[in-house]
Amino acid sequence: MSRLLQALVLARTFLRISALNELQYRVNFFMELVQSLLALGTGLAVLALVFSHTRELAGWSQAELLAVMGVHILVGGVVRTAIQPNMLRLIEDVRDGKLDYLLTKPRDGQLLVSVRQLNVWQSVDCLVGAIVLGIAVVRLQRQLGVGQALGFAAALPLGVLVLYCFWLCLATGAFWVVRLEFIVELFDGIYQAGRWPVGVYPLGLRLVFTFLVPLGIAVTVPAEAIVGLAGGRTLLLAAGFAAVLVAITRWVWRRGLRRYSGASA
Amino acid sequence: MLARPRARLRAVRERELERLRRLAGFYVAVARTAVQEQFQYRVANYAYMLGMITEPIVYLVVWSTVARSQGGSVGGYTPAQLAAYYIVWTLVRNVNIVFTPFGWEWRIREGTLSGMLLRPVHPIHYDLAYFAGWKLPVVVMWLPLAVVLSFAFHPAIAVTPAKAAAFFLAIWGAYLIRSMFMWVLGMITFWTTRVSAIYMTYFTLELLLSGRIVPLGLMPPWARTLASFLPYKWTFGFPIETLAADLGGAELLTGLGAQALWTAAGVALVAVVWRFGVRRYAAVGN
Repeated sequence: MSRLLQALVLARTFLRISALNELQYRVNFFMELVQSLLALGTGLAVLALVFSHTRELAGWSQAELLAVMGVHILVGGVVRTAIQPNMLRLIEDVRDGKLDYLLTKPRDGQLLVSVRQLNVWQSVDCLVGAIVLGIAVVRLQRQLGVGQALGFAAALPLGVLVLYCFWLCLATGAFWVVRLEFIVELFDGIYQAGRWPVGVYPLGLRLVFTFLVPLGIAVTVPAEAIVGLAGGRTLLLAAGFAAVLVAITRWVWRRGLRRYSGASA
Repeated sequence: MLARPRARLRAVRERELERLRRLAGFYVAVARTAVQEQFQYRVANYAYMLGMITEPIVYLVVWSTVARSQGGSVGGYTPAQLAAYYIVWTLVRNVNIVFTPFGWEWRIREGTLSGMLLRPVHPIHYDLAYFAGWKLPVVVMWLPLAVVLSFAFHPAIAVTPAKAAAFFLAIWGAYLIRSMFMWVLGMITFWTTRVSAIYMTYFTLELLLSGRIVPLGLMPPWARTLASFLPYKWTFGFPIETLAADLGGAELLTGLGAQALWTAAGVALVAVVWRFGVRRYAAVGN
């Protein structure tokens, strides 16, 4: 227990320092805001376009899809604030051999590589996503029950956790393949598929977007929870999947670390 | 007395021909370098492509779902026609990728532009040649993806020699237009480095009004009218439709003509902006 507490204190200190560092660059906030609003505008335009031709998409109403979009933006914001920057730094450090400095520290390596960077301004997306989600919930015109709220509160961290695992597995690839800069493009590209509920996709793609790239768990399940479409079983399955993925990620990380040959570059 | 001006004229013409021959040689050399360089980075190129084709697959799935729920077609597009549209999309998108305007900041900050300025050819030739050469490995790697996508989504496509020829011209038209406009955008960096907001606005408009996010035929009429006054659709929608839809001969010719006009406009813009912009250039790098 004390070890977990220690880890949390350590993470908090690291993240605080990184956040303070980022906060100096205030213009970046407006850049992020512009980008976020443009992306939101595009998303809304497409949604409006789709619903100008139909009244429902694979059983989802416009307000429900707006909720999916809100979760998608929100989770994407968390990824780009707290996960992606750490993973990019890991890839860079493996390439340059700078990971040595980190590995010599007397704490768990996986923890340390995961809490070094916090791009606070990117969290504008979290705010925008939350607002979109709020509007969607109002437009659903259903009473938001305690069960739904709790389900959502459980599903959202699970979603972030599986995306963290997924990103770490990708970034660990740096121990084998040196040139990995393309990984952001790859992730961002595929992440766009999460804007729509995975149920829309044909079976093969649905399996890919649920298990291989866990967008279904990360975005669709929390959205289903808040809309009231996800039961306890879905949430339990998601939790089980997350647990398995955490174990796999730990194993991949250890394997990768064994390949690391240090700063002899 | 009469022979001399004629001889001078011939000399001028020959010098001009020689200059063009050399420029062509330059293009071949740079394009060949690009081919060799990019074939080395197969994993990176493939990963990039996989990230990219998610986008059209998502649109395709969404619009096919709409079409099916509307009794088999939406705005005149059946799922098979949509599949054709978005599969051709992947090729057009691969070909119309050019030097990104975001790259200009790096070019100026690192001083690589200084090196380009020392060469006896305009730097745009280097970009045009390099990215054109890159298309060869890209298209080779795209072919298996196209086969997989075709098996998965059953596109309705009928290729005639005339359509294929028009398509070949149209994708290079798209390449040229996009190269010119991306260059003009990039050159804004000569005046200010706070460019990302401008670029993002431009790309958002392009996304919506080019036929990239959805065939323009599914857009409301006012958006289609707006799109016809902008260069975007000539770099996405038109080249896609030359192959994926059944445009008439007249439509194909006017389309290619419009592309030629937009290319000319782009070249003129590049020339003017470059003239004024390069004066403001102060190398920063080493």
